[in-house]
Amino acid sequence: MKHTLSVLVENKPGVLARVAELFARRGFNIESLAVGTTEKLDISRMTIVVDVEEHSLEQVRKQLHKLINIIEIIDLDPDTSVAREMVLAKIKVDGDNRSEVIEIVGIFRGNIVDVSRESIVVEVTGNASKLRAFEDLLRPYGIRELVRTGKVALPRGK
Amino acid sequence: MKLNGAKALVKSLEDEGTEIIFGIPGGVVLPLFDALYDSKMRKVLTRHEQGAAHAADGYARATGRVGVCISTSGPGATNLVTGIANAYMDSVPMVAITGQVASNLIGTDAFQEADITGITLPIVKHNYLIKNPADIPDIVQEAFYIARTGRPGPVVIDVPVDVFRGDMSYSRREAPELRGYRPTYKGHKKQIRIAARAILEAAKPVLYVGGGAITAGASPELKKLAVENNIYVTHTLMGKGVFPESHKLSLGMLGMHGTRTANYAMCETDLIIAIGVRFDDRITGKLSEFAPKAKVVHIDIDPAEISKNVKANIPIVGDAKQVLKELNGVLKEIRAEVESPNRKPWNSMIEEWKAKFPLTYEKNSGLKPQFVVEKIYQITKGDAIICTEVGQNQMWAAQYYKMEKPRRFITSGGLGTMGFGFPASIGAQLGKPKDLVIDIAGDGSFQMTMQEMATAVLEGAPVKVAILNNGYLGMVRQWQQLFYGRKYSSSCLRRGESPDLVALAEAFGAKGILVTDADMVEPAVMEAIESDCPVLIDFHVDEEENVYPMVAPGAPLYDMIGDMLYPVEKIHPEEAEEPFL
Repeated sequence: MKHTLSVLVENKPGVLARVAELFARRGFNIESLAVGTTEKLDISRMTIVVDVEEHSLEQVRKQLHKLINIIEIIDLDPDTSVAREMVLAKIKVDGDNRSEVIEIVGIFRGNIVDVSRESIVVEVTGNASKLRAFEDLLRPYGIRELVRTGKVALPRGK
Repeated sequence: MKLNGAKALVKSLEDEGTEIIFGIPGGVVLPLFDALYDSKMRKVLTRHEQGAAHAADGYARATGRVGVCISTSGPGATNLVTGIANAYMDSVPMVAITGQVASNLIGTDAFQEADITGITLPIVKHNYLIKNPADIPDIVQEAFYIARTGRPGPVVIDVPVDVFRGDMSYSRREAPELRGYRPTYKGHKKQIRIAARAILEAAKPVLYVGGGAITAGASPELKKLAVENNIYVTHTLMGKGVFPESHKLSLGMLGMHGTRTANYAMCETDLIIAIGVRFDDRITGKLSEFAPKAKVVHIDIDPAEISKNVKANIPIVGDAKQVLKELNGVLKEIRAEVESPNRKPWNSMIEEWKAKFPLTYEKNSGLKPQFVVEKIYQITKGDAIICTEVGQNQMWAAQYYKMEKPRRFITSGGLGTMGFGFPASIGAQLGKPKDLVIDIAGDGSFQMTMQEMATAVLEGAPVKVAILNNGYLGMVRQWQQLFYGRKYSSSCLRRGESPDLVALAEAFGAKGILVTDADMVEPAVMEAIESDCPVLIDFHVDEEENVYPMVAPGAPLYDMIGDMLYPVEKIHPEEAEEPFL
């Protein structure tokens, strides 16, 4: 089962390496990982998506907790948290289908961030299923390159 | 106070109360050794960095203090790695300081550069690469704090040479500030009450105790718990000495080479009270058949150990000493309220096993390694600090040298590092100068770190090395005999050809004694004990003696082979034996 862990870490050199090494050594698979600063300069937040069983999840959390630079680990419940991911995709377009593609991008409330004669680069934000739908719709036109940020998430309310 | 980084590091070590450091200088740590020259701390120059790490480890285990070792960058640092991993696996408090190439050269594959913080990531509790001399006091303070608190472990501090040379002004915080590190010492009150009730309600309880209880200094509380509630105690290899082995409630060691009684008790118990243990595979045997009838109370300071291998029904995270103290209090309070089952059948079953299945060996032929250990035990009245190497020597030492007190059996439990015992014995001896320190060794293990004999001689560490010399990598040979059709592939060390261990000891300036038969054992051991220099006794023991009883790897605990009860000729792991009950 997929779990989203929101991990607050001290913003110190090597923290990412420690986390990555721990996952590798204990045999846990990281589905996605996004790191960035938070409202506090000295704290970063890692949003880690792992695909593990309940027992292993407990081990992941406990082992992570043993890392000295890790401050807090929250297992985000999808019902009480918001999650977003961004995708940048370079789509092949020509004179005939350019407007069709732009229309689809519009429906997904995406932005066109670069245009050239043969392609456009679009930016779309959303949850995993929205991004999947977006990709599926654009695939027939030809996706030249694509990158996803990995999921970022926060608990709702309070 | 204005200091350079090297002096600041030395002062930081002194401020932590460090009395002794083990290490070897080299290129980039020259500024540090220059500063150490003027320090009162004792500097022990080992002959290999692995020896420094193991000596620091042995010192830490014997004294309960943080062991400190120092090496230069690159090969010096990588030579420490085995010792660091060893300390990590056995939760030993250690601070390892490694030199590093100058900051501006890091990442350029400079001469003697190795990414030691990267290399040691999976085998340290934490590590640091210092970038600024001003950070030295805080980092050293944190490192010691992390190493010795919670579940102890090694911490590496990597220091580039320019950081040693740079200037800073020294100031020390009151206490380290680590917001991501707050070990839990106090056990959950409610859980302790539940555990107390379970203990009183159990008909066949067993205490299963390990190194964590020694680290916590929980022996008095454990003894109270066992005696007041009449509960039998089995210990792990790491837990030797936590509970007096001569006590009638002691079942001895459990696991692969444990006693039949201890292993049978685990198979039959209805309540395991596990304290400072981690349900290692050498303990559980076949996991799916481990303690099938038992509820598990698991007390450990490391939450990640709880339910890692065996599910705990009543987990208690906390320091063993504090939790047991509280548990004893609750037991006293509620004892009258709970109706305890009759434990007489259980107790008499255990006593029957004990009488029927003592540890034994065939005594009528040749010089037996078990006999040597037994003799050492008798002569030293069980009061020596015993270090061991790894393999058969280690298991015989564990089986036949009974321990009454904690911190006196020093062995590489988790990593199983051959060559650990001898340098560790030097560290233990320097930490406990008044004690008799004996390394029970094998000829294979000893040859892995024997260069430290020079350290022992020159540093005045009068350790005694009892080599149970069977001319083989004995445990490897035993497995080859049992599981690989007696093909002794690369396990024969050709005793009598090379080396001459007695001459070797003499060459180092130690004393060497050769013992070839049983009558010579006692005088040799006496002579060694009376000598005030390091002594090596080369016991030429029976070459093909095996460690029994034995649970074959992957077999369940009740399936023990090889002692008088089930001679190994009759039982081979392939021919499944009937479960004992």
